[in-house]
This record gives sequence, structure tokens and C-alpha cells, in this order.
Amino acid sequence: MSTTAEKPAAPDSEPGAAGRTTAGRGRPGAGRRPGKARKVRRLTRRDKLVLAVMVGLPTLIQLLLVWLPTLFSIALSFTRWNGLDLKDIKPAGTDNYRFVVQDYPPFWPAMQHNILWLAFLALIATPLGLLLAVLLDQKIRGSKIYQSIFFTPVMLSLALIGVIWQLFYNRDSGLLNYLLGTAGTPRAVDWFGDSNVNIWAAMVAATWRHAGYVMLLYLAGLKGVDPTLREAASIDGANAVQTFFRVVFPAMRPVNIVIVVITIIESLRAFDIVYIINRGTNGLELISALVIQNLVGEGQVIGVGSALAVILLVISLIPIVFYLIRTFGKESKA
Amino acid sequence: MAANLDPFQSAHNAGPGRRTILKTLGIGAAGLAGIPLLAACTGGSGPAPGASSKSLTFGSGSSDEVPKNAYKAVTDAFTKKSGITVATNVVPHNDFQNKINSYLQGSPDDAFTWFAGYRMQYYAGKGLLAPVDDVWAKIGGNFSDAMKKASTGPDGKMYLVPNYNYPWGFFYRKSFWAEKGYAVPKTFDELKTLAAKMKGDGIIPIGFADKDGWPAMGTFDYINMRLNGYQFHVDLTAHKESWDQKKVSDVFDTWKALLPFQDPAALGQTWQDAAKALEAKKTGMYLLGSFVTQQFTDPAVLADIDFFPFPEIAVEGTDAVEAPIDGLLLSKKGGDNQAAHDFLAFLGSAEGQNAYAAVDTSNIATVKGADTSKFTPLNKKCADTIANAKYISQFLDRDALPAMANNVMIPALQSFIKDGTVDVKNLEAQAKTLYAAQ
Repeated sequence: MSTTAEKPAAPDSEPGAAGRTTAGRGRPGAGRRPGKARKVRRLTRRDKLVLAVMVGLPTLIQLLLVWLPTLFSIALSFTRWNGLDLKDIKPAGTDNYRFVVQDYPPFWPAMQHNILWLAFLALIATPLGLLLAVLLDQKIRGSKIYQSIFFTPVMLSLALIGVIWQLFYNRDSGLLNYLLGTAGTPRAVDWFGDSNVNIWAAMVAATWRHAGYVMLLYLAGLKGVDPTLREAASIDGANAVQTFFRVVFPAMRPVNIVIVVITIIESLRAFDIVYIINRGTNGLELISALVIQNLVGEGQVIGVGSALAVILLVISLIPIVFYLIRTFGKESKA
Repeated sequence: MAANLDPFQSAHNAGPGRRTILKTLGIGAAGLAGIPLLAACTGGSGPAPGASSKSLTFGSGSSDEVPKNAYKAVTDAFTKKSGITVATNVVPHNDFQNKINSYLQGSPDDAFTWFAGYRMQYYAGKGLLAPVDDVWAKIGGNFSDAMKKASTGPDGKMYLVPNYNYPWGFFYRKSFWAEKGYAVPKTFDELKTLAAKMKGDGIIPIGFADKDGWPAMGTFDYINMRLNGYQFHVDLTAHKESWDQKKVSDVFDTWKALLPFQDPAALGQTWQDAAKALEAKKTGMYLLGSFVTQQFTDPAVLADIDFFPFPEIAVEGTDAVEAPIDGLLLSKKGGDNQAAHDFLAFLGSAEGQNAYAAVDTSNIATVKGADTSKFTPLNKKCADTIANAKYISQFLDRDALPAMANNVMIPALQSFIKDGTVDVKNLEAQAKTLYAAQ
């Protein structure tokens, strides 16, 4: 789309648009000045039509599927409703929020677990993915095979992941208790049932997936780092560790930011694994699981569920807004 | 985004960064917001039922192989007898239960499978069901008073035609008990004494599983009914009684004496696991519904299984039995279709229920005069227990508001199992909000 303005000579060449935009972004000054200096030619009717469709359609979809429901659920979070007749909707003020914060016992454990989940992903899973990426980026034999192995969990279906980890964690017949030599004895650890350990067991399973994902992104990032930087660093006498932390890692800044956002979002979205284990009860409470519990199915309490969803939305917005400010701030400076 | 897209601006700041993040935002928000949308825009679509009296539609949540075939046998027998055709729509049972709200408000089938208890009363009270007093005028004599009571709506009209039910009680292995010299306990004190003896013998006295959250409700219900009576159970679950009172904390205090004898691994196992433990003689007895026998695939083990009712504690002896009833209801629209009324009347007859029970033998037919010739001794005992019961309760998650049972009681009971404490004040606070939302 943007190309049409810059290079009016070829208004219909959509496929080239992305490439040229990126090129223009690399040298923002260079791409900008000629555009400003020259007068923009009027768009043809066809251009306008294409623009209208390309902009209007996604906007409409976005509006219908994202913004309207978001607004609906914000509105519903201030009501009491049984989900049956529209005229049964009664205003409730902030009662639902008060209920969630004061009277709903799973809420605060869920908040803590979400924070714990974030910390675990940020401090263990993501660095693990980075480590895997750095190791596999060396020219070792069978690197592709290792990559595939570590990436496989990301592609597996959730049901399968549940089954796989059940094999490890089962109290009586699981591999883990067998290795610990406690299987079948009263000392056997109940990895999924004991509320002191099940959150850790679940986070390890989540790490298994997350690390593979992070690894792939960093592998791409490492490939993108200019090799001359490394050369220059080694000429200056930096050792491997210094080269990595002082030169290569900072050079991957765009990837790092994406990874930070992914890690935060993954920790807020964390849901599937705990839901498969025990529907997010008994030590595995997460906000997302509480939202589902209260909005879907027979235990439906629309007001309370919507209030929980709004709380999760607000929490999610913090890192997103932070990221947007950084991104836009950078671009306006450029 | 649309408004900003004048050619200049887009040339400047269109970049993968912003697109990515808008997309990410979109996906995140869609994930969050999609759920309320589902809730907000209820109203499903279904096939339009024929209004003529020569056919009806039948929505069935009995999607498992055996019950599905059993209902097929019923509809076939009905069609053969009356010439009325039945179009059955089978829906996986979890989906059926979870979508019942939108199902009933959309275009439901004429007749559909459902449960007795609050779950039925609630929809009857909202006017989404059609009363079937005319059917009960025909079939009333086939049912016990307890069944009739369980089929009545809040307005005193009849709504449900019961098909089958299954009692909850303590199941145990006869040979194992004979070998160890254990006797069936009649009172709660005897139960505790027996449990202590079993513990001394190195067995886990009472099998227990609560990973799924609902099985523990059985223990709560029974102690509550034995301590405070059946009516209190009904009033409490309907929230006519407060949870924040001594009667309720007494239930938990009484239960606390039993906790040390219940399987400490309860929170990590499902009822199927606990059934296996009973079969393996690792546990002495197991409080569950008679569906537990589905797990005993070895006929020798199955023949070795017996059960006894929850012992008496303070009131009403063992008069109250927890025996959830499954049956058929008519949707509001189905009420206008005479064929649907005829279908329910057929299921309320011995003929209809025999057709069902011939295929699905794990449940007990509710009609008097049903064919008992194929009953095993255990089936017979289950049937007798129900027939002799003065009161039939439906289980906490059927007698109470589903949100109360699922969102409040499951976490509360699980934490009680963990540390033996429960905050009845908080239970009441939650109950107040949830029941007010209905």
C-alpha cells in the first residue's frame, strides 16, 4: 500500500510492496525526502477501490470479532446476567469486581501463579531457548536434527502433550517416580495431585514447549547478525563469552523485543496445560482458567467471568502498550 | 488504522513492527474477547422439528456407545408401536450440558435428555420447558412418590419423565472382607472403628478420588443428609438456607474425623484410578455411584462386588439415598407436539424402560414392574435400595446451581481435603452473589 504513494509509476504492483517498504525503512531519511519533495499524484479510482477493500475489510473483521466483543464483555462485567433473556440483565456496579477480589478464593492464587509463570518463563525457559539456539548455531554435526527435536513440542497438539507428560509424572507408573525409586511406595511424589509441586510440574511442561519456540526465533536472529561484527570483536581480543554478551546479543535487539513480548503473552495465556491436568484447580489456578470456568459451560456466571476477562485484558494491555510506545517512539524519532 | 492511512503517513511508519504488534494485539484480544462473545450472543441453530403429530425430534446427550444404542432401542420400539417417527440428534454429552442455555433458547428438539434436580427446576422456572401433567396422568402409577417428587417443577407441575438412576454407596469386595473378617458398619461410629482396623491392617480404608472435583461432593452430601436431614440438603443447595451456619460447619467437622481414613492421594487421581485400587484390594471400600462397576471388566471381580448404604449418623437413619435421576424433558416448543408427549409416556412405561435397560444394564430402571429377570444380585440390591428410599437426592452438582457446585464447591472441597479447613462464611458470601445473578 505504501508503495503507491512513494512510487506512483507502479501503483498496482502489490507483491513488491513489502520488500520496498523494508528497504525504505533501512534508510528512512533517503526514502522520505524524495516523497516529500515531489507532489503526490492523485490515486486512480482503482487504487482507491483496492485501498478501501484492503483497509475496510480487516477493519470490519477487527471491529466485529475483537472490539465489539471486548466492549460487550467490559459492559457485561458491570452487570448480573444469567445468560438467558436479555431483559434479565441487571446493573451490578462494581459488585463483580469486588466479588472477584474479596470473595473468590481462587483469584489471588491465580494472580500469584501467573506471576510465577512469567518469572519461570523469563528466567528459565527463555534463557534455555537462547542457550539451545547458541549451541545449535555452532557448526556441529546434525544441527538440523537437534533443531527439529527441540522444535517438535511446539507443533504437538495439546492433548498429546498432556498424554506425554502424564507418562513422566504419573504417581504409580510414571518415569520420574521410577527414576527416583519411589514408584509404588507411599513416598511417591504425586506430581499432578500435590498442590505444592504441580505448578512446577506444569511449568516444566510449559518450558518444554516454550524453549523450542524461543530457540527457533533466536536461531533466525543469530543468522541475521552480521559476521563482520564477530570478526571485529575477536580482532579486538574479546573472548567467546564477551563477544556474545557485548556484541552479538545487543545486535539481536529486534529479536529480543519480540521474545520479551512473546514470553509475557505466553505467561498470560498459559492455560492449556493446566486445563488438561485438572482444569486449573487445586494449586494450578490461572486467571485464564478462571475465565473459562466462569464463562463457558454450566458453571457460567457471565458477570463474574467478564470481570475476570477484563482484569486479564488490562494486565495484558500493560506490556502491549509499553511495547507500542517503544516502537512508535522509536519511529517518530527516526 | 483506517483513518490514519493517508499515503504519506503510511510510507513513513508502516513497518513490520507496528503490523506485528497490531496483529498480536488483535489475536490476544480476540482470544480474550471471543469468549464473552460466545456468552453474549447465545442462540443456536438446529434443525426445524416437524410440527405434525406423526413425528418428533429428540435431542440426546447420551453420546457414549452403550447409552446411545439403548436410546436407539427405545425410539425403535416406540416407532414400531405407534408409527411415529423419531429423529434423534446425538450431541457429545459435555457439549450438550455446556450448551444447554443456548440450546433451549434457540431451536431445541421436542424432547431431550436431562436430569432431575435444580438443573431441571431452573429451566422449568424460566419457562423454557413444557409441563407434562397429561403424561403423568397416564404413567403416574408406575412411579414411586420419591420419583414423582423429583420430577416436579417449582410450580407444582410435572416436567420430567425419569428413565433410570443409580445409587451412591460404599462398594467393596466381598471375598476380601470375608477373608479379613470385616463386617458392614451400620453407624458412623462403626464405620470409623472399621476404618481404623483396616488402617491397622495396612490397607487404605476408604478409596477416594477428587482430581475431577465432583466425587467429593458425594461424601459431603451424605454426611449432610445423615446429620441434618434430606430437606436441609435441598434447602441448602437451593440456597434457602445459609451456608454460614453451624449445621454446615458440623458437616465438615464430622467429615474431618473420616479424612485420615480416606485415600491421601485423592487429589491426584480420578474415580477410575480409585476403582482400580479397590479392585486391587489396596483400598477397603469406595464411596461412589454404581457406575463404578463399569470399571470392573473382569466378570469374576464384578461378581465379587457388593455395596452398603452410607451408615446412619444422627437423623432419618439411612432413609435418604443419593441416586441421580436421568430422564426426558419437553422443550417449550415440544409441548405443542402430541407425538412428543406420547414418546415421553412410552418411556414412562415398563415397555419403554425395558427396551432401554436391555441394552444399558449399568443403570436401574425407575419404573415399577420393569424387567428384573436379568438383574445381578448387585443390580437387585441397588434397585431395592432406591425402591425403599424415602428421599432421593440428586447429588450436589444437580441439586445446586451449577456455578455454585463447580466454581465454589469444587475448590472449597479440594482445599478441605488438603488441610481440613473450610471457610463457611466465604461459601455463603459466594453463594449470595452467584444465586443473585440468576
